[in-house]
Amino acid sequence: MALVQQSSPHARNARPTSWVMLWVILAALPGLLAQTLFFGWGNLINVVWCILVALGAEAAMLAVRGKPLAFFLKDNTAAVTGLLLGLSLPQFVPFWVSAIAVISAIVMAKQLYGGLGSNPFNPAMVGYALVLISFPVAMTTNWAEAALLWEAAPRFGETLGIIASGQQTAVDAFTMATPLDEYKHKIASYTAAEVLQHPTFGDGVARGWEWVNGAFLLGGLVLIALKIITWHIPVSMLAGIAVMSLAFGSNPDQYAPFGLHMLAGGTMLGAFFIATDPVSAATSHQGKLIYGAGIGALIYVIRTWGNYPDAVAFSVLLMNFAVPFIDHYTPPRTYGHHKARRGVPGRTQG
Amino acid sequence: MTQLWDFAGGIHPAENKHQSTARAIRRAALPERLSIPLQQHIGVPAEAIVEPGQHVLKGEKIAEVSDGMGVPIHAPTSGTVEHIARLPVPHPSGMEDWCLTLVPDGEDRWCKRHPAPDYRKLEREAVLASIRDAGISGMGGAGFPTNIKLRPPRDRKVSTLILNGAECEPYITADDTSMRERADEIVDGLKIMAWILRPERCVVAIEDNKPEAFAAMTRAAEGTQIEVVVVPTKYPSGGEKQLIRILTGMEVPSGGIPADIGVMCQNVGTAIAVGRAVLKGEPLTSRVVTITGEAVSEPGNFDALIGTPIRNLLTEAGLQESRLHRLVLGGPMMGYTLNTPEVPVVKTSNCVIAASARELPDPAPEQPCIRCGQCAEVCPMELLPQQLFWYSKAGEFEKAEHLNLFDCIECGACSYVCPSSIPLVQYYRSAKGEIRVQQAEQLKADRARERFEARQARLEREQQEKELRRQERAKAAAEAQARKKVEAEKAAADNGATDERSAKAALVQEALARKKAKSGGAAPAAADTSADSATATAPTPAERPDRAELEKQLAQARSKLDTMQSMLDDAKAQQADNVDKLERAVAKNHERVKRAEQALADGSARTISETQSTD
Repeated sequence: MALVQQSSPHARNARPTSWVMLWVILAALPGLLAQTLFFGWGNLINVVWCILVALGAEAAMLAVRGKPLAFFLKDNTAAVTGLLLGLSLPQFVPFWVSAIAVISAIVMAKQLYGGLGSNPFNPAMVGYALVLISFPVAMTTNWAEAALLWEAAPRFGETLGIIASGQQTAVDAFTMATPLDEYKHKIASYTAAEVLQHPTFGDGVARGWEWVNGAFLLGGLVLIALKIITWHIPVSMLAGIAVMSLAFGSNPDQYAPFGLHMLAGGTMLGAFFIATDPVSAATSHQGKLIYGAGIGALIYVIRTWGNYPDAVAFSVLLMNFAVPFIDHYTPPRTYGHHKARRGVPGRTQG
Repeated sequence: MTQLWDFAGGIHPAENKHQSTARAIRRAALPERLSIPLQQHIGVPAEAIVEPGQHVLKGEKIAEVSDGMGVPIHAPTSGTVEHIARLPVPHPSGMEDWCLTLVPDGEDRWCKRHPAPDYRKLEREAVLASIRDAGISGMGGAGFPTNIKLRPPRDRKVSTLILNGAECEPYITADDTSMRERADEIVDGLKIMAWILRPERCVVAIEDNKPEAFAAMTRAAEGTQIEVVVVPTKYPSGGEKQLIRILTGMEVPSGGIPADIGVMCQNVGTAIAVGRAVLKGEPLTSRVVTITGEAVSEPGNFDALIGTPIRNLLTEAGLQESRLHRLVLGGPMMGYTLNTPEVPVVKTSNCVIAASARELPDPAPEQPCIRCGQCAEVCPMELLPQQLFWYSKAGEFEKAEHLNLFDCIECGACSYVCPSSIPLVQYYRSAKGEIRVQQAEQLKADRARERFEARQARLEREQQEKELRRQERAKAAAEAQARKKVEAEKAAADNGATDERSAKAALVQEALARKKAKSGGAAPAAADTSADSATATAPTPAERPDRAELEKQLAQARSKLDTMQSMLDDAKAQQADNVDKLERAVAKNHERVKRAEQALADGSARTISETQSTD
């Protein structure tokens, strides 16, 4: 009788990383569905393509690093990175641009830092920022016109053709500036009422985008309910945008209004699926609140006074830089202690 | 309704308690042999006070702690002591320790007991002594001597006494069934402890998954001031620190004990043992043990004698060896695995889980930490487990300590929820062990350094003193030399002579010159010279120069004699072979001193050849 010798605890709750990541993917599906319904097949094709490239890049890097392939591929983390890029990139972005984004995310941002758990920066956002800076035309002119799936051209085959053609600029007829882009560039010369005449805004806040953001919000609430993420980062990030918007953007003739900030662009996707990437986020509750609020504030600053219409990627990356610092100064107060032990051991307590 | 507080974190693992609560507590069969470890408590191991071959009665003291912290051990039944040897004991390391083997005679005959039902008339110290004499140490886990715990420091008045009936770990039902079936005994024991401590509040805390136990305890506590309180089921509510938080809203300070905030927790089994010890005079010789798990067909609770091999209990519970995969002593969260069922039940054994491979499967391979923070969400001590893990793994112990590693109670909640299947608690234990070893080594190194530095300082001091003495001597010698020179020059100058060729001539001249020169100019030098010579008699001014010279010579002769004498003494002490030679030298020096004294006594002028011969 060979009895097992093991350290306590002996009971464990099986909710492995692969399960967690699978739920992240599932929770993103309502958002993907909304994107497909309102912007056509582009995102779906991108998601599938990006996941395939991500898995391939991950497998190649694992092989190069001499790591067990199946063990790590099964954790679903590479698939999540691919998924997030597929959801974020413009619908008609050429296949090679998305491939570069995914490969740099997996190879550079993740595996070269030591693989799962060791990356200081959000891999998907590293990939996104890289292609956004390198291929600004492809990344800004390929947003699909908002139209219901069954009403709009192009069909699935056409979409696939545009993406596969590799042309940096897609057919004008199918594309349209994003609401944030449109508002940002037109508000300097027009009044808010005039700017909002543009079809990209539709009848609501931002045609199609409001639904997509709503669907990601829904998926995010599922993740919170399943205790896969905590509320701290999404709430503080949205609060960061809201506070900045209410403080600086009260005049719609000058800056984009509050509703547009909340429901257009990558706000909800960023708040619930991107900023919450645990590896590169702050650790403690207090740290998460600071981290999220920082992202929110930076998003508003870059959207409003920066060169880019949206800013989730840059804001997340900038706050990734701050995470080690935040972590040192935001540990929780341990039971039986009067206060938290902040700072770095051996240095002045802060 | 009693106000309750919540503690941070916590988990809700599958309870798995119903398997072992279906049956009433069974009395375990008398085994062929009892193996009774001599150390079952925290402190100094007990020493056997019986001999192999000796017959003992049930309850007779068989081992005692004569010096230091600890409690005695008693014969669980009547029988014969077989031997005292090193045998396997319940320990995470699977080690062997000194055990007394007792062969029961089957009569279970009691020794003379000294019940004290009127304990309230006794001194508290006497009751505490009887609790110690009954061999009672905490039966919840650590095994701290109960009599010491019941006598907190004078400045730590216990205002809240808590009986911990939470039993939050899955599987374990020893306290649950004890409360159901032995509520009166528990209340009796609790009353004794309350009488000793005189708290303002006495609370029995029971998790809400044990309604029968709650009902029984409420009934038993009727008419007393004991509060029976239901606390929400959440692991680890039965952790001392967590239960105190739930019931009082206070926190035990880090590194402190509950008595620091006026609280004390006692275990259900301990309360029964105290009651029996005082009211019936029965020492602690048995305890309730839960035997459960999928590898036993009839799980339940056994009243087992201390020293009963766990194998016997497993067999009684219907062990199916083919299904047995992991044998855990204690609960599934904090217990440890046994490598053999041949170890005995001890005072702290509360549960044995004979688990199948399906029930407690081998953990999945460890994956990288993704910092998901689930561990921090469930940590009841509000630590940052994943940060502690990174630092422990990287050997950055200073940072781990900074994040309060030593406040970790090793409850296992973090490992339980870890999606990456990281054995976090194992990392913390390892880090704590490493830090303790480092601290011990640091202490050792510090002491060695202190010793070395003290020695260095002493040697240096001695060297300095030696150097100072040498300098003083050199200074004195130089002064004497200088004086001599000055005197010689003076003499030469006074004479205006340049014809002195030899020292002898100079001395002659000097002596003569001094005689002539009676002025004050020469007096200070003479006074100094006389001061140097302790034996000098006050010279008349007229005789001064000559006498001074003679005195100096006498002093020199004497010091030489002293030196020779001490060398001789040393040589004698060491039985060296130059003793004869030295004796002759001493004799010769004696002669010289005498002559010098004679010369001095004569006072007036001496022949120069004589005075010189003493040099």
